[in-house]
Amino acid sequence: MRETLARFCSWLELTPPSRTLQTVEWAVPAVQTVHILAIAAVMGSMLFFNLRVLGLRGVDVPVARVSRRFVPVIWGSALVLLASGAVMIAAEPGRSLLNPVFQLKMALLLAALALTAVTARPLRHRPGYWGETLVRSRLARVLAGLSLGVWVAILCAGRWIAYVRAH
Amino acid sequence: MTDWLERLYETGWAAAIRENEIAFPWIECVHVLAITLVVGSISVVDLRLLGIAWRDRPVRRVLRDVLPVTWMAFGLAAASGFLLFSSNAPAYARNPFLQAKLGLLLLAGLNMALFHLWARRSVERWEAAPLPPLRAKLAGAISLLVWIGVVAAGRWIGFTMLSHS
Repeated sequence: MRETLARFCSWLELTPPSRTLQTVEWAVPAVQTVHILAIAAVMGSMLFFNLRVLGLRGVDVPVARVSRRFVPVIWGSALVLLASGAVMIAAEPGRSLLNPVFQLKMALLLAALALTAVTARPLRHRPGYWGETLVRSRLARVLAGLSLGVWVAILCAGRWIAYVRAH
Repeated sequence: MTDWLERLYETGWAAAIRENEIAFPWIECVHVLAITLVVGSISVVDLRLLGIAWRDRPVRRVLRDVLPVTWMAFGLAAASGFLLFSSNAPAYARNPFLQAKLGLLLLAGLNMALFHLWARRSVERWEAAPLPPLRAKLAGAISLLVWIGVVAAGRWIGFTMLSHS
């Protein structure tokens, strides 16, 4: 597995798009800027959604309404993040794919997206879903708290990719 | 001018950030977290002022929901940014992208101050309308562009200062 990945990296490095990204000096910081702006959109959106679920902000708006405002932004930004992330991988395949912090980040990302889907989905057809029973309202708070923590961990992992050697 | 930069460079905490292997990246994590929260939250206001998103929520409600988050995150961004700056103050002070970033922050502050001064008198009249007046739209557009510039300048500081960007 590891060897296959390493071989894939050495192949990718030599492809023309990857070469171009390595030689055009402003390409990587420009793509990283797009990546960070999409992270900003995700972080703001997940924060206001989760704070609403926790009952800490904007409580005069129904949860389902806040979800409709912010959750589509999370999905849209996730696509931008995947696209810009893929370009960053193409520019320096070994730095990311072989890096344990990058692998951790991808696992955390799946968890965050799953948490978002699980929290937001029931609201589409039953706006009052999370308030219907005491157990549900507690569960919703746990999911929102977890989501906050996981997104922050993803962001930190992203920064640490630059500092941890791929092995 | 260079005097206080040298003194900052020689402080104990600046040396600690410089010499400790994990201090700089962790402060960077806080800094990036704070900046993404500043930009992610203020853009909610900007998009409302532009009449693009959350059009059915009165502007002052949006401001009340969002601005406390923006200010807290900004405080965190400024504090962590100062710590990163102090670790190598003289070199950072010479960096053109850091200078551009500070200039853009000044512009963001000016734009915000002018908007609040103007809006204080008129916001009641238009805050419920889905599409705010031109002045408000302009303030939202300027804010959005300036913060995008702040993020870009910040990213370029990393590339022009350090090998491990």
